[in-house]
Amino acid sequence: MSGDVVDQIFIRAKQWLLSWLAGAPDWIIQITSSLLNIFALLGVFLTLFALISVLERKILGRMQNRYGPNRVGPFGLFQPIADGIKMLIKEDIVPARADKIVHFLAPILIAATAILALGVIPYGRNMTPFAIDGGILFFFAVGSTTELAVFMAGWGSNNKFSMLGAMRAIAQMVSYELPLIITTLPVVMVAGALSPDVIVTAQAGYSFGFVPHWFVTTPWGAAAFVLFFVSGLVESNRTPFDVPEGESEIVAGHMTEYSGFKYATFFMAEYIGMFAISGLAVTLFLGGWHAPVRVLQFIPSYIWFFAKLSALLFVYIWLRGTLPRTRIDHIMNFAWKFMLPMAFTCIFAAAVWHYMGRGLAGWLCSLAVIGIVYIALSILLDTRKRFATRTYRFAE
Amino acid sequence: MPPFLFWIFALLMLVFGAAVVINRNPIASALNLVVSFLGLAALFMSLDAFFVGIIQVLIYAGAIMVLFLFIIMLLDLRAEKLRKINWLASAGGIAVALVLLTQILYVIGNLKAAQQTFPPLARSTIDDVRNVGLVLFGNYNLPFQIIGILVLVATIGIVLLSRHELR
Repeated sequence: MSGDVVDQIFIRAKQWLLSWLAGAPDWIIQITSSLLNIFALLGVFLTLFALISVLERKILGRMQNRYGPNRVGPFGLFQPIADGIKMLIKEDIVPARADKIVHFLAPILIAATAILALGVIPYGRNMTPFAIDGGILFFFAVGSTTELAVFMAGWGSNNKFSMLGAMRAIAQMVSYELPLIITTLPVVMVAGALSPDVIVTAQAGYSFGFVPHWFVTTPWGAAAFVLFFVSGLVESNRTPFDVPEGESEIVAGHMTEYSGFKYATFFMAEYIGMFAISGLAVTLFLGGWHAPVRVLQFIPSYIWFFAKLSALLFVYIWLRGTLPRTRIDHIMNFAWKFMLPMAFTCIFAAAVWHYMGRGLAGWLCSLAVIGIVYIALSILLDTRKRFATRTYRFAE
Repeated sequence: MPPFLFWIFALLMLVFGAAVVINRNPIASALNLVVSFLGLAALFMSLDAFFVGIIQVLIYAGAIMVLFLFIIMLLDLRAEKLRKINWLASAGGIAVALVLLTQILYVIGNLKAAQQTFPPLARSTIDDVRNVGLVLFGNYNLPFQIIGILVLVATIGIVLLSRHELR
């Protein structure tokens, strides 16, 4: 039972803290309990943000054959503190023609929505800060308000680069919200609930003791996971889909007119949004806090969750170090012509898998469904024929 | 729910609802409308109707308002110029509003159901979403399907209309 104590240590710590309030009115205990959750969430994810901001630069440095930050502290680990101080003491510039209130509220709104989305994710056994029935829906509802914040930043700045950046950001976020939500549908259908806790419970158990019943091990789950991950890249404005802040064309997009700590808030919101969407991907497809093999179940659940989250975050950084920026029309065509049909196919394949008894036959049939649609789409969308033979022109 | 939360959110809704009308800048009006919607969503949630509250945020604050803002932005509407107030017209407007208000108050005052306090609903054993799904696909399946076809027709119509080369 010692493993259980370590697994539930945070729950017990919270209960111990709340036991100090025994006898107080209900609403005080309720509010204190919520505040404890909020502070724990903020503490963990702001630390993770500081860590990932320096690790990203280190990893990118290694990928590009250089050292990355290594001056401040051991291995450059105190770099985020130096960055934070630098951002805090910078002058905060508000353009004279800007809409002052909207310009001021945009970074607050974007950070608030990003942090709210973190609340519904189960971080371990019994460790969901804000457990509601429609948790997945809540995540997307909050996520859709990000677009408003981006719009406020772009419009409130009264700058043409900000406006262009905001338009690009909203256009691609609206387009990719569709595949993002539709790829969660098969998971919701198979688990039969919109609550993240129930979805994680539905992925418990192992075949032969080492094949976990995560949704990513089924063909529809694997396809949906890839689609979800790509849509997540777009939603968090990461390379290769970072046209909204394409610095070679439009300075910094909707963040052009922000300086000092407001800029840092945007930066933080982007990373927190990345954590939230990766956390949701872990919850929906990678089994949440479940261990990958039965023999490793003694390791506490929250360690597994954060291990999976870090793996996904590494892929984010890896992609940033590898891929060049995509053109906006390619991004849009990809969303509407490939992602959307594939997302609908995932729903169909999941239904096939479910009604063939969730066994090997269903596994193979859903693989066949996805394969057929994938091949058909790649033939239909093939543009190679349209290219003329390359002609060379020389100065004469 | 604690009653003071109801008053806070109700007040928030009313203040920002009024700001939508008073503001002369169309974008500021639209942003005020978003806050008003968020207050409404909070009211739904405090009544334990999480699903309706979330849908309120997702559809209205998320989708529809973004669309509104985009259209306002593309039309490039300037802030409406402050006009002289037409006292006669505003007096007429106020009179109509007052008549409507007294009518509503009168009807509510005479309605038996409006005066009793209802007992709180028993907590349902199945969740919100399942309830909505069962009703939507059970009792109201046919209207639901018809609305689906209507939306599809509208979508195809928009695609057709926005293709310029087709005459």
